[in-house]
Amino acid sequence: MIEERFDAIVIGAGPSGNAAAYTMAKNGLKVLQLERGEYPGSKNVQGAILYANALEKLIPDFREDAPLERHIIEQRLWTMDDTSYVGMHYRSEDFNEERPNRYTIIRAQFDKWFSRKVREAGVLLLCETTVKELLRDSHGKVMGVKTDRDGGMVFADIVVMAEGVNGLVGQRSGLRSELKPESVALAVKEMHFLPRETIESRFNLKGNEGTVIEAMGTITAGMTGTGFLYTNQESISVGIGCLVSDFAERGMTPYGLLEAFKNHPSIKPMLANSECKEYAAHLIPEGGYKSIPELFGDGWIVVGDAGQFVNAVHREGSNLAMTTGRIAGETIVWLKRRRDEFSKANLMEYKRRLEATFVMKDLKKYKKIPEFLHNNKQVFGLYPKLFNAAAQTWFRVDGADKRTKEKEILQSFRKGRSLPGLIGDAFKLARAWR
Amino acid sequence: MHIIVCIKQVPDSAQIRVHPVTNTIMRQGVPTIINPYDLFALEEAMRWRDKLGGEVTVLTMGPPMAEESLRKTLTYGADRAVLLTDRCFAGADTLATSYALAHTLRKVAQEFGEPQMVFTGKQTIDGDTAQVGPGIAKRLGLNQLTYVAKISELDIPTGRITVERRAEGGVQVLSTRLPVLITMLEGTNEIRRGSLENALRAVRAQIITWSAADAGIKDLTQCGLRGSPTIVKKVFAPPPRAKKAYQIPIEDLSADGLAENVMAEIFKRKPALEDDLMRFAAGE
Amino acid sequence: MTEAAKPAPAQTNRAGTKKELPEHFKAYKHVWVVVESEHGQVHPVSFELLGEGRKLADKRGVELAAVVLGSDKEANAAAAIASFEYGADLIYMVTDTALTHYRNEVYTKAMTDLVKTYKPEILLLGATTLGRDLAGSVATTLLTGLTADCTALAIDDEGSLAATRPTFGGSLLCTILTLNYRPQMATVRPRVMEMPARQEGRRGRVVEHPLGLVEDDIVTKIVRFIADRDSNKAQLAYADIVVAGGLGLRSAENFQLIRSLAEVLGAEHGGSRPLVQKGWMTSDRQIGQTGKTIRPKLYIAAGISGAIQHRVGVEGADMIVAINIDPNAPIFDFAHVGVVADAIELLPALTEAFRKHLSVNRLAG
Ligand SMILES: Cc1cc2nc3c(=O)[nH]c(=O)nc-3n(C[C@H](O)[C@H](O)[C@H](O)COP(=O)(O)OP(=O)(O)OC[C@H]3O[C@@H](n4cnc5c(N)ncnc54)[C@H](O)[C@@H]3O)c2cc1C
Ligand SMILES: Cc1cc2nc3c(=O)[nH]c(=O)nc-3n(C[C@H](O)[C@H](O)[C@H](O)COP(=O)(O)OP(=O)(O)OC[C@H]3O[C@@H](n4cnc5c(N)ncnc54)[C@H](O)[C@@H]3O)c2cc1C
Ligand SMILES: Nc1ncnc2c1ncn2[C@@H]1O[C@H](COP(=O)(O)O)[C@@H](O)[C@H]1O
Repeated sequence: MIEERFDAIVIGAGPSGNAAAYTMAKNGLKVLQLERGEYPGSKNVQGAILYANALEKLIPDFREDAPLERHIIEQRLWTMDDTSYVGMHYRSEDFNEERPNRYTIIRAQFDKWFSRKVREAGVLLLCETTVKELLRDSHGKVMGVKTDRDGGMVFADIVVMAEGVNGLVGQRSGLRSELKPESVALAVKEMHFLPRETIESRFNLKGNEGTVIEAMGTITAGMTGTGFLYTNQESISVGIGCLVSDFAERGMTPYGLLEAFKNHPSIKPMLANSECKEYAAHLIPEGGYKSIPELFGDGWIVVGDAGQFVNAVHREGSNLAMTTGRIAGETIVWLKRRRDEFSKANLMEYKRRLEATFVMKDLKKYKKIPEFLHNNKQVFGLYPKLFNAAAQTWFRVDGADKRTKEKEILQSFRKGRSLPGLIGDAFKLARAWR
Repeated sequence: MHIIVCIKQVPDSAQIRVHPVTNTIMRQGVPTIINPYDLFALEEAMRWRDKLGGEVTVLTMGPPMAEESLRKTLTYGADRAVLLTDRCFAGADTLATSYALAHTLRKVAQEFGEPQMVFTGKQTIDGDTAQVGPGIAKRLGLNQLTYVAKISELDIPTGRITVERRAEGGVQVLSTRLPVLITMLEGTNEIRRGSLENALRAVRAQIITWSAADAGIKDLTQCGLRGSPTIVKKVFAPPPRAKKAYQIPIEDLSADGLAENVMAEIFKRKPALEDDLMRFAAGE
Repeated sequence: MTEAAKPAPAQTNRAGTKKELPEHFKAYKHVWVVVESEHGQVHPVSFELLGEGRKLADKRGVELAAVVLGSDKEANAAAAIASFEYGADLIYMVTDTALTHYRNEVYTKAMTDLVKTYKPEILLLGATTLGRDLAGSVATTLLTGLTADCTALAIDDEGSLAATRPTFGGSLLCTILTLNYRPQMATVRPRVMEMPARQEGRRGRVVEHPLGLVEDDIVTKIVRFIADRDSNKAQLAYADIVVAGGLGLRSAENFQLIRSLAEVLGAEHGGSRPLVQKGWMTSDRQIGQTGKTIRPKLYIAAGISGAIQHRVGVEGADMIVAINIDPNAPIFDFAHVGVVADAIELLPALTEAFRKHLSVNRLAG
């Protein structure tokens, strides 16, 4: 047991834990951070796109030394069938701005950098140290944690749970229920290494410009999910993910999906003669607003993935993680300054502050989406097929006149999904979106 | 007693990639680790400290970031860590490395007490020469015990040590006088997991960092690239094998059918081998 | 701690890149090979080195010398004759009871004395535990360059020894020179070089040299020697047939399939490195860059992908048969015969096929 007491213990050194620890230490709190991995980021998987805004609020000048891969100047959205895709590409010179808005990163390196900043702020970080459970006093108030090291008990006024999507500590301590298969996606990802010149010519990029592709369609074999391909400096991240419940139902493996995705005629050339060095799998909480668990209680508070803070539609997670982490940190500092104890009632402030940010607003806005996507698989199977067929009919010049082609296309949609069906989907989607 | 362990921070070579065009190393994101062989040395050292009392000092020569690895050794339970870092050591081969380390060891001895035992790993996974250990021993006149599998006896009063070392075709049981330099064989023990207390101490501990001057190294012509008799002329990728393997047709044969064909193919290509096997089978 | 006995040739300028060979090194000529013997047995690697040393000596137009150290007159004589027949022109021989078993301090003394007296330009040793232990201290005493675990030796245009070895975990090779120090030292692992043909009756001259040490001055004593024959250590490096498995075997149990096939063929068995790490087999059975290098007549690899570090250990085999479920496995790039199949099914079948075939013909013959 460690005699020394800490103001706060943070479980996890991902974006949320780092944001929380950083905020508290910067404000003079004595913070101990515990990380399971060999080093921060060693266990973490992400696409990964970094959204500058959330990080700027913590470290305004992060661009000076953070390991950023490429700033994104082109976004491609693809709906794919087995042989083709219909795409929406947006590329703009405006993204070559002074302080770019989105970057690709490699988590292992980024987390290391972020963690360095956190330690420089005064946080004590112990790696290869796994928190087994929360320690409570006789009234059930959390007063510390028990780790997997000898003499592994350590105490603090509050424990910040930034342990990520699994939230095992929370589960074991009965603070939250198990994840529901239909509200969490399993994503797999590979890193394919290529000389930087090759990447730049393949995606027609210069300097540190980057391109990202988000793809949906038959690549997920009718399951709810999406694929992605991001350009890094000397590598390409390619991955795909679907709801765990779908994998279970279809008895499909994510790896099989990824293989197929990589071999799609539109993707394959982009990865040609690359060397695959890393294969990783990770969960993404996609239940959205409705699956957010209890976020705080006497002596504990939850941030990041552990709180299900992910906006699946926009592939945002790390920014929600950093924001929730920051706000939890600020709340704790605020209470500490007022000499208030970290009781459930007082921590209500955390919720209040979150409500005022994009985090809660967005998650609320999309609260019906997960359900919709789960129940309307046609979005991932039928529609992409129809769109691609339509495009083909439209662009193929074969003597048929354009009006006939238009009819043909409309026909195909009606056949595929009755007119009421089409209109219904449109409505449902619109409603879910509101 | 005072024991010094030399460790090296190495790139996790399993993760090194080679640029397919330029054949240069693509270092991006290659993590560094403590040379795995050195952990056996460290654990052995700590066990003897635990048994006989005293201190374990860990020493490494490397870039500033090698501090990470040193901290790790403190978590495991080392008492003190010294980082020798200086631009002038860049590009050192094993001779220049043993020169710098030997001098620093002498300095460590002055500051923290004469060591009875100095440990190194069997070899590194990047340099992979197994020379630095013997080099240090020779320069400091320590009795050299390489490929040690077991320290069976350590008698401080008489200052004698008995070890089992791996030799060609067998195990040598040697007895010699302290102080010694020992290079530990792999698989002889397993590095311990530091307690929470050690881990906490390690993150706070301050790593002793010396420049060449601090370590009392004067003759810089013997350090780094300048002090290295060997020079790397060129680095290149291994040539690819001329032609691919002849594939045994699979058709839709049963495993047995396939096995028959494989055997047939082997004997077709190497009739002599079949005869040898016959004789072997006939028990000759 | 005290400084060691002051090391030999005073170094003027140590800048390793300086082209001009210092005067006092100009006298260094001839190629030497240290002949390693334990218990009157010459280690085959020494002959492999003599074969290689011969080529270097001829290219340089100098003599090839073998260094024979030992306590037993007959044994030394035998080693000398063998060395001549494997290509040596002359022998430097030190015979002394103190050399009965290998001991670093004694052998280092003997070697450094010889080098300082007879001045070789190139000095080759086997990268065995003995060779590595000795080379390190000899090189440091002489303050010269040493290149370990070479896979190729050549003489470059300037007449220097160009020693090639794996680097960066074997993903690359590098060629290393020792420009202005002598001797240029290198170690080579057993089986990396070919065994040269033995020329019966070939002879040369023998130069005897005293050790100049008495047992009482030697601090390190041999207590005893436990030979491996007593324990059953793998004799992989020199086996005629080797059967090896990799992670493709999926489980420790399945490694038995490898042993069974090896048994039927009277072969040695081994495997890839991960198997050692997983504890499926002992490290003395690891084949590859950081394990054993083998040159069998037949090598059967099952469930091994053929990573470069494994490949360098087996490329010397006369015939490589690879069993792998993945048609694109890199091992098919250097194997001679490939079978795309599930090793777990094929291995037992193969074992059976050989057993039948051999027993049948045994009855016949
Ligand atoms: C394939 C994939 C692609 C993604 N792409 C993007 C993207 O492009 N952009 C984006 O913004 N988001 C993306 N996300 C989501 C993003 O990765 C997460 O939202 C974000 O990492 C959450 O941060 P976190 O700190 O809450 O959790 P994590 O990053 O998971 O960190 C949790 C940390 O806690 C540690 N830990 C866990 N349990 C314990 C314990 N018991 N004791 C000690 N330590 C523990 C873990 O080792 C880990 O380091 C992606 C996710 C995946 C899987
Ligand atoms: C510095 C360094 C030194 C190294 N030294 C060595 C060394 O000395 N020796 C060594 O071997 N490695 C060494 N390695 C490791 C080497 O890089 C590879 O990781 C290792 O050789 C891979 O072992 P493997 O082929 O058994 O496993 P994998 O690479 O995982 O290959 C398994 C193979 O089995 C196939 N397979 C799967 N299932 C089956 C089945 N049912 N039937 C048939 N085939 C199947 C797969 O297709 C795959 O090709 C070293 C690495 C480094 C970095
Ligand atoms: N730069 C270094 N700093 C400290 N110890 C080292 C260094 N290089 C090598 N060693 C030690 O020498 C041993 C053999 O290294 P090598 O000769 O490179 O195979 C290693 O296992 C280390 O213990």
